[in-house]
Amino acid sequence: MLAQEFLEPSIDWFALTPLLVLLGGGLLLLVAGALTPTWPRGCYAAYTVLVAGAAGGLAMFQWDDITDEGTSTIVSRALAFDTLAEFLTITICVAVILVALLTGDELRRVGIDGPEVYALYLMAAIGGVVMASANDLIVLFVGLETLSLAFYVLAASDRRRRLSQESGMKYFVLGGFSSAFLLYGIALLYGGTGSTNISDIVAHFQTTVDTQREDALVLAGVALMIVGLGFKAAAVPFHVWTPDVYEGAPTPVTAFMASAGKAAAFAAMLRVLVIAVPFHRDDWRPVVWVLAVLSLVIGSALAVVQTNVKRMLAYSSISHAGFVLVGVEAAGHRAGEPDPGSGMPSVATYLLLYTVLVIGSFGAVALVERDHDGDSGLDSFKGLAARRPALAIALTVFLLAQAGVPLTSGFVAKFAVIRAAVEQRSYAIGVIAMVAAVIAAFLYLRIMVNVWLEPADDAIEPERVPFTSGLAIAAAAVFTLLVGVWPGWLLDATDTVTQYAR
Amino acid sequence: MSSAASFPILTSLILVPVIGAVLVLIVSRRRPDLVKLVALLSSAGTAGLTIWLLWAFDPDAPGFQYVSQHTWIDAWGISWHLGVDGISLFLVVLTGVLFPLSILATDPHHDDKAYLAWMLLLEAGVMGSFISLDLFVFFIFFEIVLVPMYFLIGGWGYEQRVYAATKFFLFTMLGSAFMFVGIIATVFIARDNGVGRITFDLVELAEGANFAASTGRWLFFAFAVAFAVKVPIFPLHTWLPDAHTQAPTAGSVVLAGVMLKLGTYGFLRFGLYLFPEATRWSRPLFLTLGVIGITYGAIVAAMQNDLKRLVAYSSIAHLGFIVLGTFAFTSQAISGSVMQMINHGISTGALFLLVGMIYERRHTREIAKLRGIQQVAPLFAAGFMVVMLSSIGVPGLNGFVGEYLILIGSFLTARWWVVVAATGVILAALYLLWAYQRVFHGEPDEDNKDFAELTLKEASVLVPLIGVIVFTGIYPKPMLDRIEPAVDSLIAHVEERTGYEEPQPVLAEPEPEPETGPESGEPASGEGDG
Repeated sequence: MLAQEFLEPSIDWFALTPLLVLLGGGLLLLVAGALTPTWPRGCYAAYTVLVAGAAGGLAMFQWDDITDEGTSTIVSRALAFDTLAEFLTITICVAVILVALLTGDELRRVGIDGPEVYALYLMAAIGGVVMASANDLIVLFVGLETLSLAFYVLAASDRRRRLSQESGMKYFVLGGFSSAFLLYGIALLYGGTGSTNISDIVAHFQTTVDTQREDALVLAGVALMIVGLGFKAAAVPFHVWTPDVYEGAPTPVTAFMASAGKAAAFAAMLRVLVIAVPFHRDDWRPVVWVLAVLSLVIGSALAVVQTNVKRMLAYSSISHAGFVLVGVEAAGHRAGEPDPGSGMPSVATYLLLYTVLVIGSFGAVALVERDHDGDSGLDSFKGLAARRPALAIALTVFLLAQAGVPLTSGFVAKFAVIRAAVEQRSYAIGVIAMVAAVIAAFLYLRIMVNVWLEPADDAIEPERVPFTSGLAIAAAAVFTLLVGVWPGWLLDATDTVTQYAR
Repeated sequence: MSSAASFPILTSLILVPVIGAVLVLIVSRRRPDLVKLVALLSSAGTAGLTIWLLWAFDPDAPGFQYVSQHTWIDAWGISWHLGVDGISLFLVVLTGVLFPLSILATDPHHDDKAYLAWMLLLEAGVMGSFISLDLFVFFIFFEIVLVPMYFLIGGWGYEQRVYAATKFFLFTMLGSAFMFVGIIATVFIARDNGVGRITFDLVELAEGANFAASTGRWLFFAFAVAFAVKVPIFPLHTWLPDAHTQAPTAGSVVLAGVMLKLGTYGFLRFGLYLFPEATRWSRPLFLTLGVIGITYGAIVAAMQNDLKRLVAYSSIAHLGFIVLGTFAFTSQAISGSVMQMINHGISTGALFLLVGMIYERRHTREIAKLRGIQQVAPLFAAGFMVVMLSSIGVPGLNGFVGEYLILIGSFLTARWWVVVAATGVILAALYLLWAYQRVFHGEPDEDNKDFAELTLKEASVLVPLIGVIVFTGIYPKPMLDRIEPAVDSLIAHVEERTGYEEPQPVLAEPEPEPETGPESGEPASGEGDG
């Protein structure tokens, strides 16, 4: 390239509005929160809901735009403007809204209500959205770091509990390690292709026949990136941090990590594997296959032997990551073809549905914990049905959905990924996934047995369920059932994510 | 093919219990009488609808009747497709009748509202499984019934209820896991082999798809695992004794009466109809397993000390007969199987009710602790005896008709299996009569002296069941008239698809052609001189 005058990229401001709203909202909250005395109860949460709602709403408008005018890349091809990005933006915003509603009560109870946690949610959301819409590996890395840094702090945000501090520290050390893997992977891919821009990488493979040496670089790069993203997505064997961090972090934060964090990680995985290196699909697909099977089997099996519900759900989230990987594997069969099959839509469907499900589950766990001084052991759930019938019903809905019982969103999600896998004739992985689901079902039954069939150990006078938590859990439960009965609209929406920009 | 009724009767069969369940949940907890009334009314309403269906059913039409079809999930080619034919008709009626009876007959000891709501949801699920003609819809109902049943066993069962409920749930779900993948694979493979589009519609798949032999076999086995667990076929039966024994009485009645039939019905509807070649091919396996089930179930039943467990094992034996008949591939045997599904539902359902009544009175199901009940409660003993004789298969009662049809129908195609299976009839007499003798005969001891006689409410539940037992035993024709056209068209479908020819029993020929020569061993060779 010749030295030339620096050309400012033309920026499509409208396409950036969700990001800008999140960013502006987060910064404003930080500044205003620091300068004003503590806001009245619920105001921080309400503000966060408003910001995330605005961002999600804008993303829906943009969806219309994309339907009308097609996909494009923006900011000098750094970001992709397509339905995959918008769908994940909406998913992450939904996660922020639900989690913010859960957080308000939690923080007030501990007495550390303040703007910081909410601002961190918004920052993490920015990171997630950037990951999901990145069209450049460096941008993707920046998004991932933004997300991760916010998560590290969030995990440790319950300053008075040592478990929370430990959780933050552990996540930070291991997360930093995994980021290094990702970065090194990006560097190697750059070495092999001469660019970090996904469009250029694809163009490079389309026009150039690789020499063997370059190919080695590319493959090593892809492998390292899978490690980095597999860590974020909590896929076995990069999962060991998950139970400790999920258990230690404040429960709403755990819900956020399990939902938005996973969604962003898998979106990034789609960007990297399916969109950036589709021509190496025969190389990376077996790796994804192995990761999926390991996550499914080990996640489900280890979940069963836990005695702490938060740890159970942590392991079960590993198993769910395995399910999403089944979808990624399915997408790998026809990556880069004009008709890419239903792998990517199934991943998108799973991510949205799991997001709502897991936040609902952890939300219910948070309320139970509260009655038992923060103890989320299985015994705390004894007699819940008698004590709090409505909460017990909601938790049961979530657990049944996680087990994949029909007429819940979990069934639709599982059906989508298994359908995608079977369409590509990956029968083995489909069967393994369903058998793993049966193993995991045992775990959900164990919780339900305690909720419904065991008498309480001690008489506890339950506090009233706080309004915002109740609202979030009820909304999640209704959504879970609604999508279970009427999933058509969601499937129509996710079908469009195969028309990605690059 | 189908007579479309303007009133969506099949959809209402599912909706009425669901609405009933919602109403039950709404009614105030302080009005337990009203709760039960609502539950009874909605299940009786469903029963009324099924009986109307039975009356209005056209016995001469072999296809599906009262079909209702609406698009549900367009993106996946799924439609709300319901229909009923001679095979499912009586199962639907049985479901409709057994539920109100078991709701009437038994009272949960706590938490009526939840109990009745689960019962009604279970009814909706079972009903839906029997009438859905879309693989996806069928799977949803097939799987959803686990949830109410799990809570019924776990919440209102006996000592080991949580263990039994969990085992039941996981076993069945494991079976369905394979079917789940199988269903989706069927749809995609059928798209590329004759159907041409993605659809979960059973009729469209069965009529349009041409699976390669090995593919069809794999797919069939994916389905067969789910059904085999549900039936249950030996060696996948181990959940059944626990679930039946630990379930509350109404749960056992429903489990044995209709839910096990989901498996045998599944073999007919989704095995023979959808994968005729694979079903034919796997005949020896299932015939053998069915016969093992008959003898094994009978022998183990004879060894039981627990009356309820005895009835549970007898179910394994009875369902072995149904499996035998299903895989015999003759019109008679399959009609017998369909009939036996109903008979078993009625007689075993009634047996579980009676055992439940014994438990209510004596708080034990141990055979050794029961003695001489006949002397203190003769009516009760009489009722028990009729039901028990029906279960044994004594001529004149319904059990005989079904078992006889199965055995005689299977003899042509599965002779040696029938020879072994016939011992099951004798063994059934052995274990049931022996149990009857120990429980009802002799002098009542101290504990059994005050065994109460049949109450009016109990009698009102038993009398209709015994009525059906006797009526079907004496005059099975109306029932067979409705079953046979559907079975014949199923056999015709198998013949058309696999080149199989159903052997015609010699006796059934109206007028045997007068043969000229004594040697008519080779019908294939052309006859030289006329």
